Amino acid sequence: MSETNKKDTAGTAAVPHQASAPADGSAEREVLLRVKGLTKHFPIKKGLLQRQVGAVKAVDGIDFEVRKGETLGVVGESGCGKSTMGRVITRLQDPTSGSIEFEGRDITRLSTGKMRPMRRDVQMIFQDPYGSLNPRHTIGSIVSAPFRLQGVEPEGGVKKEVQRLLELVGLNPEHYNRYPHEFSGGQRQRIGIARALALKPKLVVADEPVSALDVSIQAQVVNLMDDLQQELGLTYVIIAHDLSVVRHVSDRIAVMYLGKIVELADRASLYEAPMHPYTKALMSAVPVPDPSRRGAKSERILLLGDVPSPIAPPSGCRFHTRCWKATEICRTTEPQLVELKIGQRVACHHPENFADQAPQDTVLLSAAKEASELVPDAVLEESAAVTEAATEAAEASATAEDTTPEAKTDAEPAADADAEAETAEEAPAEAAAADAEESAAESTDK
Amino acid sequence: MSKLEKAALGEPATDVAAPSDAQDAFLSVRDLRIHFSTDDGLVKSVDGVSFDVKRGQTLGIVGESGSGKSVTSLGLMGLHRAANAKVSGQVWLDGQELIGADPDEVRRLRGRKMAMIFQDPLSAMHPYYKVGAQIVEAYRVHNKVSKKVARTRAIEMLDRVGIPEPDKRIDGYPHEFSGGMRQRAMIAMALVNNPELLIADEPTTALDVTVQAQILDLIRDLQKEFGSAVIMITHDLGVVAEIADDVLVMYGGRCVERGPVGEIFDQPQHPYTWGLLGSMPRIDRETADRLTPVKGQPPSLINVPSGCAFHPRCPYADLPKGNVTRTVRPELEQVEGGHWSACHLSAEDRTRIWTEEIAPKL
Ligand SMILES: Nc1ncnc2c1ncn2[C@@H]1O[C@H](COP(=O)(O)OP(=O)(O)OP(=O)(O)O)[C@@H](O)[C@H]1O
Ligand SMILES: Nc1ncnc2c1ncn2[C@@H]1O[C@H](COP(=O)(O)OP(=O)(O)OP(=O)(O)O)[C@@H](O)[C@H]1O
Ligand code: SF4
Ligand code: SF4
Ligand SMILES: [Mg+2]
Ligand SMILES: [Mg+2]
Repeated sequence: MSETNKKDTAGTAAVPHQASAPADGSAEREVLLRVKGLTKHFPIKKGLLQRQVGAVKAVDGIDFEVRKGETLGVVGESGCGKSTMGRVITRLQDPTSGSIEFEGRDITRLSTGKMRPMRRDVQMIFQDPYGSLNPRHTIGSIVSAPFRLQGVEPEGGVKKEVQRLLELVGLNPEHYNRYPHEFSGGQRQRIGIARALALKPKLVVADEPVSALDVSIQAQVVNLMDDLQQELGLTYVIIAHDLSVVRHVSDRIAVMYLGKIVELADRASLYEAPMHPYTKALMSAVPVPDPSRRGAKSERILLLGDVPSPIAPPSGCRFHTRCWKATEICRTTEPQLVELKIGQRVACHHPENFADQAPQDTVLLSAAKEASELVPDAVLEESAAVTEAATEAAEASATAEDTTPEAKTDAEPAADADAEAETAEEAPAEAAAADAEESAAESTDK
Repeated sequence: MSKLEKAALGEPATDVAAPSDAQDAFLSVRDLRIHFSTDDGLVKSVDGVSFDVKRGQTLGIVGESGSGKSVTSLGLMGLHRAANAKVSGQVWLDGQELIGADPDEVRRLRGRKMAMIFQDPLSAMHPYYKVGAQIVEAYRVHNKVSKKVARTRAIEMLDRVGIPEPDKRIDGYPHEFSGGMRQRAMIAMALVNNPELLIADEPTTALDVTVQAQILDLIRDLQKEFGSAVIMITHDLGVVAEIADDVLVMYGGRCVERGPVGEIFDQPQHPYTWGLLGSMPRIDRETADRLTPVKGQPPSLINVPSGCAFHPRCPYADLPKGNVTRTVRPELEQVEGGHWSACHLSAEDRTRIWTEEIAPKL
């Protein structure tokens, strides 16, 4: 939420560049939290002997970093593993594999005892304001718990500090002796926020911190979190469904789908030119607070098909069962998360707003064929225009590298691709921008 | 509360006729009050709320967190049975008064004629029972069918709310579901009997926008198919704009503005409604550096501010002549048609402030 990082940079970000260029232009910021190859699988057990018969792959291999003082927004389908990711990076749950580094220190396997001092620095605001507050404790004792657990005596005494915190989040300090059930949903959420902020942590993972708040209180809490960030240099990972709120608070945003990060980009790029088809579908479904635009929903991309199960995620790209651009390669080869533009990492073979990553592949999947019929024409036209523009860019860059790709035909929007399938030829992978070369080559190898 | 007690409290007996001004309403609420006695004093969570909902229509309820939205809806469902809760007023559902009705009768209506999607998904689902078993149970209470038929129905409902592999997930426990999946399972449970009145308290806050769109479609389908009346409580003004026919804005336990959705967004009359619209981050606008919240704290419901409950936070409190905003509680007054607002500002002042100061900044 810092001012500097929030300047919209979409205009400049639109230029393809070499993979070796410094990431995001914010490389000067220190990394506070680094996550590598993180997975969390919940075993499914059956029968008397409780044999493991499978696993819910809630988080299935994600890499990202959070820089000091920034806000990373996390969005994605319900059930895609956001809360699990939050609980694992705060070490409330143990990861199945992968590593978590906090301030350069590997905390992946720290014991509970060794984690205790770290708890001060890493706090989580829980999604469920009901389940996370002990119904038998008063608000005062809930919010003062962190002081007790850490043996910290704030200036002026615990009670005074707790009342100050309650006031800070917009609660009446008189409520000190009340119990959780006497509060409304939004009030309880603020109790959770007060508790998390009590010890002035360095990293706060906030799971839906404002979803239960009405917009005016929401604005207060967002501004409060913003102020605390400025004052104390807090770093946030904010998980939320409300894309308007996420846009407002985040410097960078990670989009998750079924246990994976499919796109990770700075705010402006993500909202102005999303590259992953799922991101695009998400953006198109945001309800706009304007009743006169009701019905004029031609731009909404309907996601067809079932939400796949994290127990047996689809092969290749996990989104292929619902993607209107899916082709054969999407079913067989998992796209890697690569930086296609400055500050924009995407895992897709046929990204939006960019040259196709796997243009040689044109056999359209049935999911895509079915979806393409239902995607409103407006979207197709737009995506055709965008793809064409991107193709031109790709052509330009490809010519510069002395190759002559047949990108033109291959980059046609997927919806038309079944008709065009015969004309497709083996287009060289280099047709894509240089920095995607590696992944594309890898894909063709498999 | 028994009729005897009511008589003792000087309240109207409940076997009066349905309100005459609500002939075609499926649900009519008149002067609903729900107060809780606590150690700190009497909490007036809901303090005189009236509205109607017709069949096939959706009423959106928005308002301050803690303004009494959930308490109102629990009241409609007859769910305030705690000893410290005092409920008065009238709730007419399809010609039947519920506040004074026999609790057993209300229980029979619940789940069949009226159903609720709770703000708190965990409280509605029992943690020790499988999700599917709970939906099956909800169905079988009101339908004489075999377990197998009910199970098929439960799977169908889980599928309709977008739970992947519903035939497997049906045997999961609530804690094994993500927040949004629990919410969807609860929606499935609420819709399993095709209720004629559906009260949805923040049904989509834990859902991503694509699933949200799907759930809103599902509710619309229900309405089309069964002519159900829907009350949608939400903080998301985008959702309200999308689905509501009428909107009710609550503040401090009372309705401060009510009207057709188009008018609430285009010509809102109440300063609190202006504040709501102004504090919302909008995806269809440029990003501002800072949001503009309504300044100040939500009102205490024990010591409700005198006069207009919004006056300590209202930028226009000094505009009406005299000290009227601080001494006289404004009643709902008709703006035009079905549009009502409770504010002492004159019509000219309201129009001027809205068009000159507020609307340009949205
Ligand atoms: N059982 C109770 N005892 C005492 N006070 C209560 C009780 N239940 C609710 N309240 C109070 O009544 C007020 C209204 O609560 P309600 O849950 O209806 O708010 P809400 O409008 O739904 O808010 P939110 O949007 O945050 O969910 C709150 O101030 C709350 O503290
Ligand atoms: N303790 C558990 N045991 C088994 N499965 C679990 C457990 N906790 C989570 N899951 C599963 O892991 C997946 C991811 O859950 P998670 O709560 O992280 O999702 P989420 O992205 O936070 O979703 P939402 O937006 O709905 O809150 C879901 O399929 C969920 O059912
Ligand atoms: S185009 Fe292919 S790789 Fe890209 S999101 Fe769709 S299915 Fe996945
Ligand atoms: S009555 Fe007065 S204080 Fe209340 S909203 Fe109107 S102008 Fe503001
Ligand atoms: Mg979650
Ligand atoms: Mg509520």
